[in-house]
Amino acid sequence: MTPHSSLHPEAQHDHEQPILDVHNLSVHYTGHTALQNITFHLHIGERVAVVGPNGAGKSTLFKVIAGVQPPSGGAVSIFGSQPSGHACIGYVPQRSQVDWRFPVSVEDVVMMGRVARMGLFGLPRQADRERVRAALETVRLLPMAQRQIAQLSGGQQQRMFIARALAQEAELMLMDEPLTGLDSPSQEGLLELLDTLQQQRVTLLVATHDLQQAAEHFDKILLLNRRLIAFGQPAYALAPEKLTLAYGSSLQTVDTSCCGEEHLHA
Amino acid sequence: MLEFFLQPWQYDFMQRALLASVMVAVVCAIVGTYIVLRGMAFFGDALAHTILPGVAVGYLISGGDRGALFWWALGTSIFSALGIGALNKHAQVKEDTAIGIIFAGMFALGVALISTVRSYAVDLSHFLFGDVLGVSSGDLWRIGLFGALTLGLIFLFYKEFLVISFDETLAATLRLPVGVFNNLLLVLLATTVAISLQTVGVALMVAMLITPPATASLFTRRLPNLMSAAALLGAASALIGLYISYYVSVASGAAIVLTATAFFLLGLAVTSITAKSEKK
Repeated sequence: MTPHSSLHPEAQHDHEQPILDVHNLSVHYTGHTALQNITFHLHIGERVAVVGPNGAGKSTLFKVIAGVQPPSGGAVSIFGSQPSGHACIGYVPQRSQVDWRFPVSVEDVVMMGRVARMGLFGLPRQADRERVRAALETVRLLPMAQRQIAQLSGGQQQRMFIARALAQEAELMLMDEPLTGLDSPSQEGLLELLDTLQQQRVTLLVATHDLQQAAEHFDKILLLNRRLIAFGQPAYALAPEKLTLAYGSSLQTVDTSCCGEEHLHA
Repeated sequence: MLEFFLQPWQYDFMQRALLASVMVAVVCAIVGTYIVLRGMAFFGDALAHTILPGVAVGYLISGGDRGALFWWALGTSIFSALGIGALNKHAQVKEDTAIGIIFAGMFALGVALISTVRSYAVDLSHFLFGDVLGVSSGDLWRIGLFGALTLGLIFLFYKEFLVISFDETLAATLRLPVGVFNNLLLVLLATTVAISLQTVGVALMVAMLITPPATASLFTRRLPNLMSAAALLGAASALIGLYISYYVSVASGAAIVLTATAFFLLGLAVTSITAKSEKK
């Protein structure tokens, strides 16, 4: 691991520990509870879909795991220590949260992932440029590197943020609704990219609305509605009684055996 | 013809006015780029107005001493910037409402204080709209020094300010000290306000901060280009504004701001015409 930002030396990785360990986590805002008693852990290279209704606390969970928001109770640890000491957590924002008119090119955005490694007064070095180039190549955006970000399609925009997390050398990537609003070829492209990331041993935690996609493309499902309803393989976590607990009775069941044509949307 | 362009600069006060307004325009444009990108235009306008009571107290205590006025302006400006910034986090009312209340209240306090002096109409108008023709060489030094300091820090922390302005969550996951940089940016904005007081005054200052970057954003796609174009537009507005002020004899601060506004409208017209012709 290269030395970087002297203000915040990165915590050591204890590889005996799980990459992510969430223990009895609670988050309260004034007047309501966003998350209550959440406990689960992830190992390196796992690929988990986080599903639940709107307001289930998916974004809050990601913010606490990313170490951007402190929990009200319980603990989160990354390789055995607090997330706020780690720069290895990549957060891939929802596209609707981004100011697409911001005057930056695709390459500029991906280079932002290197900022912590450059140090406080540092400029991009050759190694940083190579990382950025490699990340752009992985997500197949190299020809678009000089474009302003609004000129990308939805799928390309999503891949740009994944490239940024790659440039950051993120070992855990948190993706907030990356598939939402994409057409099906772009969704296919993104799902293929998730395969590539998994081959590179990146651990993925992906929020999604689409239960069918969650069932088909993820090793494990984390079913959330303020509390952890279920965590495990799709057949277990998306069983009808679990879904009723999470969504109420308004939902049909999901075909977890395989690949129905119709996509069930929660 | 040449005579027309050279004539204003045979006066020392016009030379100082040009130097001061160009320096202020460049600093305002570059700091203002972040104000525009972060949607802080109202904050910038409010901040400029809230320094009036500080300037007024300085004025009542030290009379017309420009050096003293500058320090009062700088102190009040930094205090207000960090104060409003902190208040935003804890306010019981909406952010823009809170800013509006403080801004109007402080401004009224400033007017009230200055109105206790007999010649207040003239002095007040200088604070409100600037008095660039009255810039002293001491003013020039202060503008140059603090302007250079502000730009130096903006460039030194270029990548940090860029990341924090584009994506605060990313900045936090990269473990950058987000709060420190946000406050630093507020202090730099406050410094810019203080050095601009003499040139455009508190009421017109927001125009120097946001209009040139807004114009530049119409036809640039990357931050360094946006900043350079904004600085050029600001400097050109200062130069042309002073010519207008000299030959048509209108207030110089207003002339500079009107020139910047004209550039914006021109830019808007050009971009909408080219956008239409591209569609055809």
